[in-house]
Order: sequence, then C-alpha cells, then structure tokens
Amino acid sequence: MGVPTEEGLHGVQLSVPPRRRLQNKHRLFLMALPFLVVTFIFYYLPVSGWIYAFYDFIPGIPLSDTPFVGLKWFRTMVSNPTQTAEVLRVLRNTVAMSTLGLATSVFPVIFAILLTEIKSGWYRKFVQTMTTIPNFISWILVYALAFSLFSVDSGVVSGILVSLGLVDEGFNLLASGSHIWLTMIAWYWWKSLGWGAILYLAAIAGIDQELYEAAEVDGASRFRKIWHITVPGIIPTFFVLLLLSIGNFVNNGMEQYFAFQNAMNKDTIEVLDLYVYNIAFANNFPFATAVSMLKSAVSVLLLFGANTLSRLVRDESII
Amino acid sequence: MRIAKLKPGDALFQAVIYLLFGVFTLSCIYPFYYLFINTISSNDLSAAGDIRFYPRGIHLDNYTKVLKISGLSHAALVSVYRTVVGTFLTVGASAFLGYLFTKREMWGRQIWYRSIVVTMYFSAGLIPWYITMHNLHLTNNYLAYILPSIITPFNIILVKTYVEAIPSSLEESASMDGAGYLRIFRSIIVPLTTPILATITIFSAVNQWNSFIDTAFLMTDTKYYTLQFLLWRYLNESSSLAALIRSSPDMAASVQNMQTPTSVRMTVTMIVVLPILIVYPFFQRFFVKGIMIGAVKG
Repeated sequence: MGVPTEEGLHGVQLSVPPRRRLQNKHRLFLMALPFLVVTFIFYYLPVSGWIYAFYDFIPGIPLSDTPFVGLKWFRTMVSNPTQTAEVLRVLRNTVAMSTLGLATSVFPVIFAILLTEIKSGWYRKFVQTMTTIPNFISWILVYALAFSLFSVDSGVVSGILVSLGLVDEGFNLLASGSHIWLTMIAWYWWKSLGWGAILYLAAIAGIDQELYEAAEVDGASRFRKIWHITVPGIIPTFFVLLLLSIGNFVNNGMEQYFAFQNAMNKDTIEVLDLYVYNIAFANNFPFATAVSMLKSAVSVLLLFGANTLSRLVRDESII
Repeated sequence: MRIAKLKPGDALFQAVIYLLFGVFTLSCIYPFYYLFINTISSNDLSAAGDIRFYPRGIHLDNYTKVLKISGLSHAALVSVYRTVVGTFLTVGASAFLGYLFTKREMWGRQIWYRSIVVTMYFSAGLIPWYITMHNLHLTNNYLAYILPSIITPFNIILVKTYVEAIPSSLEESASMDGAGYLRIFRSIIVPLTTPILATITIFSAVNQWNSFIDTAFLMTDTKYYTLQFLLWRYLNESSSLAALIRSSPDMAASVQNMQTPTSVRMTVTMIVVLPILIVYPFFQRFFVKGIMIGAVKG
C-alpha cells in the first residue's frame, strides 16, 4: 500500500485543480513557441520561395518587376531538346548512384557479421574504432586526402603504380570522368562503412546468446549459425534503413559530388542535388527552383510509398 | 593454443577475415598518416614522392609558414566560433525542446513535434532557402552559421526519447514540492540526460566544424570564410594559391623547404583535420549510444 501504484500517481494528477492544468498546457506551449518560430522561419518560410519558379526572375531585380511566365520553366524540361538531354543525363547519374548505393547497402551488414566472427577482442575494437574515423571528416577533407594521395607527380598511389610498372607515367584518377560512379561509391563506403556497421554490431550484440549455444549443441556449422540466427536478428534493422534510403532515392546529397566535381568529370558526376547547385550558381534561379520542387515532390511520394510498404510488410511505419 | 583447436577450414576463415579487416583498417588510417609525415618532412623529398612510410628531414616550417597566410588564422577563428556557439545553442535548444515535448499536457504537442520531425525528410530546395536567407539579411552575416542549426530535429528526437525513459516519479515528486517546468528541467532533466547531451554535443560540433555549403552560398566577403571553405578554395584554385605563396614575404625560406601549392594544401588539410582526430578518442564511446537511441526511433 505504501508503494505508489500507477493508479495512485494518476489519482494525484487528477487532484490538481482544472484551472492550473489549463494554464500549464499554455505555459508549455509558450515556452516552446520561440523554437517553433525558428523552425517556421528556417524550414517552412523557404517554401514561399517556390513562387520564383513561375517568374522570369533574375537575381537583383525585384520579383514585382519580373514577368510571370506560368509553367514555362517546367515545360522547358520536356520541350527544349538541349534541356531535356541535360535533365536526362542528370537523372541517369542520379539513378546510377542511388541504385549502386541500394545494391551495396548490404556491405555494412557483411562487415558487422564478419567482424563479430573475429576472435580477438582488442583487434575487433581496434578495427571498429579506426574504420569509424573517416565518417567524421567532411567531404572536402576526404577530397583533400584523395588529392594528396592521387596527385600525379608526388602522390603515393601513382608512385607505386609506376614503380610496379602498371602504368608508364603518373595518372590522375580524380581528373578522369570514366568509372566515376564506381569511384564515388568506393569513396562513399570508405567514409561510411565502419560507421554504418555500428547499428548492426549493436543488433548482433542484442541477439540472445542461448540461441547460439543451442545451435552449437545441435552441431550447427559457423555458416548455419550466421544464416539462421544472426541474419534473421538483424534483418529488421536492415529493412528500416533500406526503406529510408528508397525514400531518399533522389536525394544523393551534394557535398560529396560538389567536392569531387571538376570540368573533366562533370558529365557523369552531376546528380540532381549538384545540378540544382550548378544551375543556381549560373544564376538561373527559376529553373533551379523548378527542379527542386519536382525533386521534393518525388521524394515525398517515395517516402510515403516506402512507409506504406513498411506498414504492409512489418505492420509498423518508419516515420 | 587456440589456433591448435581450430579446424583447418576455420583457421583459414579466421586468417582471411583478419587480413581483410587489416587491409581496410589500414586504408582508413594511412591517408591521415601519409599527410602527416609529408607535412613534417623535407619539402623537396615530399614533392618527389619519396615520403611514404616515415618522415625524413623533419621540420615544422610548413606549419609556421602556413599559419602566416593572410586570412587563415581568421578563418580558424570563424570555424571555432561557429563550432562553439553553434553547438552550445543547438544542445541547449534540443535539450529544452526535447524535454518540453515529453509533456503530454502541452497545447498542440503532437502537431508541433511532428512539424519539426517532418523537416528531416523535406526541404524547399536550395534557391528558396537562399532567397529566404537573403531576405532575412543573413548573407555575409555570422548569425547565418548559428541560427538555422538551433533546431536540429534529430537531436530533439534523441533527447525526447531519452527523457521518456526516465522514471516519471522523479519529476512528479519535484512537481509536488512546487518546482516548475524550468526548475525541473534545470535540476532534474539536465543532470539525468548528460550522456545523451554529450552525444549531441559531439554530433553538432563535428557538423559545425565540417560545414562548408552554407559558406559557399551565403558568404561573399572573405572575412566570413571558414577553414573548410578556405581549404576547398586552395584545392581548386592552384593559380591563386601560387600567387598567394609568392606574395607572402616569409614563404621562400630555405630551398629544400620551399612552400609549394601542394605543401600548403597538405598542411592546411592537416590543420583542419587535426581537431577532429584529437577529440575523436574522447567522444568515440558516446556516439554508439547516440546512434542506438536514434535507431529506436528511426
């Protein structure tokens, strides 16, 4: 009796006079209000800028002095052959990068499973600590490292290839436009693999050890244990992350591509996010806005699609 | 002893995965090591590509000279400013807001909370954002580095989830003693949430230090440049970098340690990466916890 039960606490709450509770609900709101205003200003107010997609807007001239052109900028994507070709090229790069990303999203799973198979505790810890470092440096820094390692005359990579006789003279991987999709996905995993595996390592650590012991008694091999115990244990985590990356199919982010882009590889590296930046930088504000709008629409649709899929398959929503 | 007990197939399997992880781990560390030994080695050996495994002709000229480049130390100050002030504000705001959102009695709680969470998946786009920032006079303005990041939805989710796991009896007894929300936040919530606050401090600090897109877009005046952005310019504009080196009086120094665009780039990279490498061992234990709580909420 002396221990307060759920009902007891609830009873105490109910005994607070109604007027005081009314004040509290508003007091709480007022305390949150300044932050909600900040959210509105920086996340919702920019949506009003979509209006620029319907004008022949040129930076520096007030919107009121620029002609309203309706859907002109949306139509150029399909009606102007040069523009269409460019948009298709960018879409091809986006789809290629995202598909490569989805196809390799199993890498951190493999990384985590194999790492737990390592017997030596300190080695496991060492690998995990060191492979996570690249996740914490910016893409500019990744590019700066790549720049030094792959530089033609003094870089270690080109030096080693020359001394092994694999190439005749120094070459510059970063200035080449061929294989850029593969190079980009390779850098992506160099940066994110160790970090991406952390979730799965934690999921594996959460699996009931008795399952393994029971399997051991039954004489299960290492691979059978992985396949029948570890894999089912981490599939829910994998599935959630996979659905989220489907939702982000058109959002590759731009930092990586921005850092690595140059005149030689522009054709194959330009994904949607980078394209928007580049046309904005060329001062075509209305077209950049139009592309952004379509991109947002597609990604909202994909996110809802992924969410519905999640509800159907797992009976749980991801957002 | 252990090895002897393994079957031949198992021993081979172990050897292969040890090797694979060894190679990958090496590929993650070596670039940093390579850059470090090259920045402290004699510059003509470095330029010839002779420094691969250990430093030779050790000197610190690169660092002392590079720090004298005009604008660099100021850019470092800007980077430190945005990291310290930005992190302080976002952690404070996330802690407070995360706590408020656990209060079921808040008016419109679900709507406000969802309207913040949904911004993680949705953005108006670069140009609408730029125009908004411009209209708010946040171009060429230090406030642009710290104001937008005050609301970081992921941090708010982390704190809210963490506070929800704290037994409510603690808060309720304080409330019966007459403590208000602010007092409960200060004397109960903050002390009990330190682990998650430490985690978001690290996430935010690293994010602030690494940011460069906002500088690229919003800042045209060089006095607002950050280290990251300056490094990006050095990487892309080798002609202007060479001119910069020629124009700086102290750059020439001795023949074997002459500054080149490459040596300047490598040294600046090292200066930008060093703070992260230094704090990394301390924060490493926190972020595993952070990402786990975040994962629960997805």
